[in-house]
Amino acid sequence: MSGLRVLYALALLVACWLPRAAGAEPSVLVLAALTVALVLEVALDACRRRGLRALGLLALWNALLVAAGGLALEQSGAEGGAFWAAVVAVWLGAWLLVSHVAELPRRPGLWGRLVALIAPIVFGLTVLWIWEVVVDALNVPRVILPAPSEIGARLSESTDTLWIDLVQTFGRGALAGFTIGCGAAVLFALVVDRYPFLRRGLLPVGNFLAALPIIGTAPIFVMWFGFDWPSKAAVVVAMVFFPMLVNTVQGLAATDAMQRDLMRTYSAGWWQTLMTLRLPAAMPFVFNGLKICATLALIGSIVAEFFGSPTYGMGFRISTEVGRLQLDMVWAEIAVAALLGSAFYGFWALLERRVTFWHPSQRSR
Amino acid sequence: MRRSLPVLTVVVVLIGLWYLLVIPMNAKWERDQAARAGTELGLGTLVVNTMGQDRPVLPAPHQVVVELWNSTVVEEFTGRRGIWRSGSLSNRSLVYHGLVTLGATMLGFVIGTGAGILLAIGIVYNKAMDASVMPWAIASQTIPIIALAPMIIVVLNSVGISGLIPKAIIAAYLSFFPVVVGMVKGLRAPDAMQLDLMKTWSASGGQVFRTLRLPSSMPYLFASLKVGVAAALVGTIVGELPVQQGGLGVRLLSGSYYGQTVQIWAALFAAAILAAGLVWIVALIEKRVLRRMGMAP
Repeated sequence: MSGLRVLYALALLVACWLPRAAGAEPSVLVLAALTVALVLEVALDACRRRGLRALGLLALWNALLVAAGGLALEQSGAEGGAFWAAVVAVWLGAWLLVSHVAELPRRPGLWGRLVALIAPIVFGLTVLWIWEVVVDALNVPRVILPAPSEIGARLSESTDTLWIDLVQTFGRGALAGFTIGCGAAVLFALVVDRYPFLRRGLLPVGNFLAALPIIGTAPIFVMWFGFDWPSKAAVVVAMVFFPMLVNTVQGLAATDAMQRDLMRTYSAGWWQTLMTLRLPAAMPFVFNGLKICATLALIGSIVAEFFGSPTYGMGFRISTEVGRLQLDMVWAEIAVAALLGSAFYGFWALLERRVTFWHPSQRSR
Repeated sequence: MRRSLPVLTVVVVLIGLWYLLVIPMNAKWERDQAARAGTELGLGTLVVNTMGQDRPVLPAPHQVVVELWNSTVVEEFTGRRGIWRSGSLSNRSLVYHGLVTLGATMLGFVIGTGAGILLAIGIVYNKAMDASVMPWAIASQTIPIIALAPMIIVVLNSVGISGLIPKAIIAAYLSFFPVVVGMVKGLRAPDAMQLDLMKTWSASGGQVFRTLRLPSSMPYLFASLKVGVAAALVGTIVGELPVQQGGLGVRLLSGSYYGQTVQIWAALFAAAILAAGLVWIVALIEKRVLRRMGMAP
């Protein structure tokens, strides 16, 4: 960490010493904030009291925020060396902040989980800020890379279009395919499970098929089912069926002989054994499959739209707006897709925590 | 034999189902033709005819195999533009398009794997990187990053970079994240006892890495390499869609433009064979490496 601090001090010195052109270079406010951040950081290292350290981290965060905000607002398009040195200093400062946060003792519970979120959030914000500043300072053409602020503006302006696309791609294509594909796979897995011969044959074939580029079936399904959402749902079904099948079959085999024998001594039938022992025991595997398929479903329905779609849908919008070089719209769609993807995944992860609370992997560490 | 019999049975049943499916899917066209010609269509002729259409709704398996054979061996050795007569691969053959795709996939896979391993080492040895980058690497597994593919291709094309590199970049970032996550898990696989033992031998950081962490990460690395190479191939194929410069993705798209169903299926099978081959090669290397390290029978 001391190496980082030396680099930070060097960058700050360079930012102060380099000749400053009128108007364009880091203002006194920015340089002062950066100096305060350095002092705070050194003090943090010396301080041992926990409450003071938390306060110091907050102050360091604020000092860096002032410096970053000042730099972004002062940009005029004629940036020189001092400006870039200050940008590097802010980046190194964020790194120092994150490494201090990472040193905090890990505590269980909600508070600990919130503290663990600080570092990735700081990292994400730093990346966005550098993106913004670099695009502005270098005058990168908007048809190559729009700045995050423009993407955000586009995001809030075209909520209508984005919503229509989302409903078409996710609400119709991905969800329908996901439901049909996963449902069929679970039902089929129950059949497969009854016949060991079938299981020994289908598991290797299913594993093999799951590794293939099934996305390539998209043009075929578009021919069969037309441009609208049924063809997207069909692609998703083809993509999710085998991963789900393999996981469920493995899950149904997860009980050991002792447990099944116990059910037999209770004279439980196949159905009772399934409902009270084997399905609950299969749940960790089933949820693993559902989480994999949640990601695949969105990928499938977006890529299938590249092969033909009605005049709305996320994949359609991405491919046409790329053609029109409206990249801010493309990035807005990608941001929506990213949020949607992690939300859909997070939904299954949360449900998994509720359903398989008994499993070792879900116990709090 | 005991292990391959069930697998073979399943494969045969699947092919049988395919043949059965061909009949109803292609029957409508045959019936229309017969009605137009005013002839009566017997069940036998109907079944035979559905298996040999020019542009079937669903081609029969043997049609796909014949198309695969024609567009590789026959095209290269008897075609006017094939390697036999012209000295260079024909741009109508799947060998040429497969090699275009394979080249971009391999380049991207190597870049993605290398960068992934480097980042994983950084994450394992640097607490700040672990706390800040690792959650993003995990979250990126849940988002459809392949949606970026058309944009990367078009933007790089507009600044004058085209051909192999843009596709390789897409393949690289698709194989990058699985490798990072798997490799971090692998480098952390040694337990506290083993690390303490290294400490009692006063092993340096480099020695611990070389003799303990790296070897114990191998099973995890190979598991994610198999995922990564398949993902890289998908990335390359999708990356070939917006700019038509050869590759299996182009064959898929042009087949769907011109209604050449057999061509689509042949390209699809070529992609599947390529994917299976790549995964198989990784598995083979895995077996060799683990055996030499005494970790596999």
